[in-house]
Amino acid sequence: MSCPEARSDVVGRGRKRERDTGIGIALYATMRRDLLLLLRRPSTALNPLAFFALVITLFPIGISPDPALLSAIAPGLLWVAALLAALLSLDGLFRNDVEDGTLEQLLLSSRPLPMLALAKVAVHWLSTGLPLALMAPVLGVMLSLPLGSYGVLALSLALGSATLSLIGAIGAALTAGLPRGGVLLSLLVLPLYVPVLIFGAGAVQAAIAGTGVAAHLALLGALLAVALVFAPWAIAASLRISLNG
Amino acid sequence: MWAFIHKLGSPKGFYAFSVRLSPWFWVAATTLIGGGLVWGLAFAPADYQQGDSFRIIYVHVPAAFLAQSIFVVMALAGLVFMVWRIKLADMAATAMAPLGAGMTFVALLSGAVWGVPTWGTWWQWDARLTSMLLLFFLYIGVIALRSAFDGRDSGSRAASVLTMVGVINIPIIKYSVEWWYTLHQPATFSVTSRPAMPTEMWLPLLIMVLGFYSFFIAVTLTRTRNEILRRESAKRWVRDLVGEGN
Amino acid sequence: MAFDSFTAFLAMGGYAPYVWPAYGATLLLLFAVVLHLRLERRRLWRELRRRVRRERRQARDGEVPS
Repeated sequence: MSCPEARSDVVGRGRKRERDTGIGIALYATMRRDLLLLLRRPSTALNPLAFFALVITLFPIGISPDPALLSAIAPGLLWVAALLAALLSLDGLFRNDVEDGTLEQLLLSSRPLPMLALAKVAVHWLSTGLPLALMAPVLGVMLSLPLGSYGVLALSLALGSATLSLIGAIGAALTAGLPRGGVLLSLLVLPLYVPVLIFGAGAVQAAIAGTGVAAHLALLGALLAVALVFAPWAIAASLRISLNG
Repeated sequence: MWAFIHKLGSPKGFYAFSVRLSPWFWVAATTLIGGGLVWGLAFAPADYQQGDSFRIIYVHVPAAFLAQSIFVVMALAGLVFMVWRIKLADMAATAMAPLGAGMTFVALLSGAVWGVPTWGTWWQWDARLTSMLLLFFLYIGVIALRSAFDGRDSGSRAASVLTMVGVINIPIIKYSVEWWYTLHQPATFSVTSRPAMPTEMWLPLLIMVLGFYSFFIAVTLTRTRNEILRRESAKRWVRDLVGEGN
Repeated sequence: MAFDSFTAFLAMGGYAPYVWPAYGATLLLLFAVVLHLRLERRRLWRELRRRVRRERRQARDGEVPS
């Protein structure tokens, strides 16, 4: 008679332990899985970087090789090109997971979906935003970006691309179930990118002009904070919609 | 009170309500816009700086007001739809989206035309025009997203989420664009923010704004009715309503 | 009255090429919206009527509606 009781006790305790440590493990597992997938297929992370470099190469060819002109427009060019590169990588963020059923498993799990979505966005930022930010100074040299703004360029891109990943993930989640979501995704997301672009490119320009950079970076940080608060919920809601549709 | 709200929230109740209410708004819209047009075009005094080109304000400003308000109302409707699952809210949001996009477009167009005599160019990257352009893209995005889904419910919910995300972003976009503008082109002549307009100038403007809002309410009430008929066409009461005529 | 004559009104103090297109575009939008609304309603009603009539006919003829 005592046997089932004891068993249910064991099961109950096991479940409780699972719940206590569950979120951490789930986050770790999600991030680990995505990073592993990235290692297996590195082109998903490398293609945006190649795109970034290519677009930057096109501008001197299309406009003029004059260093004075290029250095004047370099901050905006670098930021716009990085933004587009980050945008390109968004389309695959949830699409594969929708197609192979991973997303369904995530939805079924008892862990809060917004946190899991946040883990996926973090991996996306690590694989695109951060490399783009690290690569930008090299391309800055090619556009004869004035000295003293390289650190700010990398920092503003690292900070801003996190917001871009968060906002972009909403659009990616909304279009994940659609057959040709790519163009629609850019239509949805680009208008929302404007504030990040303004403050990001503004930071680099301020660094060149020698005026204070702190205000721009602080505003970029504020945008990131707002996005961190709201975006995970919107991503989770959008993923639920995409899966049911 | 709750019974009344409940009745309004049902498509059938709203249909009857809209049939009774919308004529009043159509009348109000026609009178106010008609009166405002005549007053603004012929009777309001010309501006001492801009002359008669100033009269564009009487269509530009109401359109711009409406463009922004409609997006906010759509977001509220989206919230109501997502939280309480009231389908009627989504029908209204569907009905008003094209009008909002149209108003944004007209505000942009009249702003550009106004720019020729005041700035000397068709397009200036003025803070207001730029944020209006971005609002136009947001409208296009919402409409495109809704139509991209095959299932109506998924499309509705996706559009609701996007509208709410957009409405949180609109003030951020607006302020960032204004900040960017003051940074790049300090102290150019701004067309609409001017101190102390005399009464005979702003009164027709107020009438036009009220007229445009009435127009918006009238169109939304009537179009929501169409949307109800389209979505509820299998329902008993719709059959009875249609059957009455023949 | 801000204008002396009807021609002065049409000329809009020299700003006619700007004022009239702006007003024209706005009024065009308002009319287009109303027109679209009416067409939409008419088409919808026609279709609904047709469907109801068909169902009635089927019910009267004793057919099983498919």
